[in-house]
Amino acid sequence: MNAKVGYALALLLLLAAPFAVYPVFLMKFLCFAIFACAFNLILGFGGLLSFGHAAFFGGAAYITGHAIKVWGLPTELGILFGALCAGALGVVTGSLAIRRQGIYFAMITLALAQMCYFVFVSARFTGGENGLQGVPRGTLLGVVDLQSNLAMYYFVLGIFVLAFVVIARTVHSPFGQVLRAIRDNEARAVSLGYDVDRYKLQAFVLSATLAGLAGGTKTVVFQLASLTDAHWHMSGEVVLMTLLGGVGTLVGPVVGAGVIITLQNYLASGVLSAWVPVVLGVIFVVCVLAFRRGIVGELRAFIQRSF
Amino acid sequence: MLTDLLGFPPQVLFGQLLLGLINGAFYAILSLGLAVIFGLLNIVNFAHGALYMLGAFAAWGLATFFGINYWGALILAPILVGAVGIVIERFLLRRLAGVDHLYGLLLTFGLALIIEGSFVKLFGASGQPYPTPAALRGGVNLGFMFLPWYRAWVVVAALVMCVFTWWLFERTKIGAYLRAGTENPKLLQAFGVNVPLLTTLAYGYGVALAGFAGVLAAPITQVSPLMGSNLIITVFAVVVIGGMGSIMGAVVTGLAMGVIEGFTRVFYPEASATVIFLVMAIVLVLRPAGLFGRTA
Repeated sequence: MNAKVGYALALLLLLAAPFAVYPVFLMKFLCFAIFACAFNLILGFGGLLSFGHAAFFGGAAYITGHAIKVWGLPTELGILFGALCAGALGVVTGSLAIRRQGIYFAMITLALAQMCYFVFVSARFTGGENGLQGVPRGTLLGVVDLQSNLAMYYFVLGIFVLAFVVIARTVHSPFGQVLRAIRDNEARAVSLGYDVDRYKLQAFVLSATLAGLAGGTKTVVFQLASLTDAHWHMSGEVVLMTLLGGVGTLVGPVVGAGVIITLQNYLASGVLSAWVPVVLGVIFVVCVLAFRRGIVGELRAFIQRSF
Repeated sequence: MLTDLLGFPPQVLFGQLLLGLINGAFYAILSLGLAVIFGLLNIVNFAHGALYMLGAFAAWGLATFFGINYWGALILAPILVGAVGIVIERFLLRRLAGVDHLYGLLLTFGLALIIEGSFVKLFGASGQPYPTPAALRGGVNLGFMFLPWYRAWVVVAALVMCVFTWWLFERTKIGAYLRAGTENPKLLQAFGVNVPLLTTLAYGYGVALAGFAGVLAAPITQVSPLMGSNLIITVFAVVVIGGMGSIMGAVVTGLAMGVIEGFTRVFYPEASATVIFLVMAIVLVLRPAGLFGRTA
């Protein structure tokens, strides 16, 4: 009951937000919130640390951009196509990476994402160092002109709500329960007869698809897809957002994305602009050493302790 | 004649093979350091690339501010980097004992961001030149190719360091302790061996190897803050291919991957950046535990 009220309030807040805050900033936040939630699905509920999610985010960013700009696909189909391609990429990398566990899983996903990055660097359709520029925002379903930031914002908010609901439903479904069982005790899940690898792969592909959804949406918002989206720094950033917000909580990644995006925005204009990676690194170290449950996790623990 | 057969002059082939061997020597020495650290700490050191860069910068700094030449730096820089590593292990990584090993990866990732970010801010993203030591300038014409002395030295020095590490681990008392610590730290502690100290030393030694590689690299590549940032990911792929179980496995895999990369640069240059990752994918399909891995 409380949770429902909380979600309703948060939605109202998001609906009203563009009248108080610059919509492009909010859209950036929502895109990264989708990305972090997608990543959290695999880390927080599957226990798999992927260090290669930038490949899905950046890959979908390029594919969506290319589909809309060169093939002339309608905006919503372009984003969908980008997400599906990211999912397909997730099938390939996921089935390779789940062959190893723990630390090796992280290294394999990182290496495969690096390979994708090098492909994007040299492929012609990505525009190399310049990136894919001038992607038209187009119209939503041929009716709503997305050139207006306000219309675009509500479109992005819709995608975010959709992605969030999909993730929440997945986590609370029997599938999500099995996934958590695998995270907590893989050997026991195997002994209970679950095909562990299949569950891991399905979760990985879903996560990759949603990460792609975030990447494609980001391209439409900024009308740009660039190498930054696919670089391993991006993989690290999404890990940080999730860790800071709270691994394994539904709302945590959204909070984490909000904090990191706000921080980046704030630092970018000040004297500290060149220190952004250092600041992120410090947050990483502090989180890992003192703050492993993240903002939402600590808050929840505090509430449970006090009431 | 050979040119007609291959379609390009043999100098190109041998030149690229030598380059591949040099890259392979760096892969070998860096993955060796990762394996040493993984053995005792069970973490993958993401800061390895940043510490490799630190080694190169230490050499540059020793030369610029203290007038210490290459040979002095070759000894001092790894000691400095090893000292930094000991501080990192003692004050940061040790606090993670008992929590999921993935946090070690995340912590060292954060450290890599801090170290590389600070150096970019202080020195700019472009590189500082570091001269080749006078004794190793020039080279020799082998008939089929020109062999620069310094490049030959890099391969030899890296291999000597690898063999030394193998000897240290397989043939000495402290090596026996280290291997025992890898197998069963609690039992080793019960025998009265100071395991935490051993762990600190292992981390220090592992990153000192990275620092050593950094000094070797300084005259070849420019000394730049991001010289290790992409390299470390390739080294991760090498580690996945070879497995972190054995020292010789790490060395052999490292060299082999360098040579394969060199070959690819001759025959299909478009794939030279990705070939090691492709090899990794193939190995994962055929032999998921890695070429020298014991079990997954």
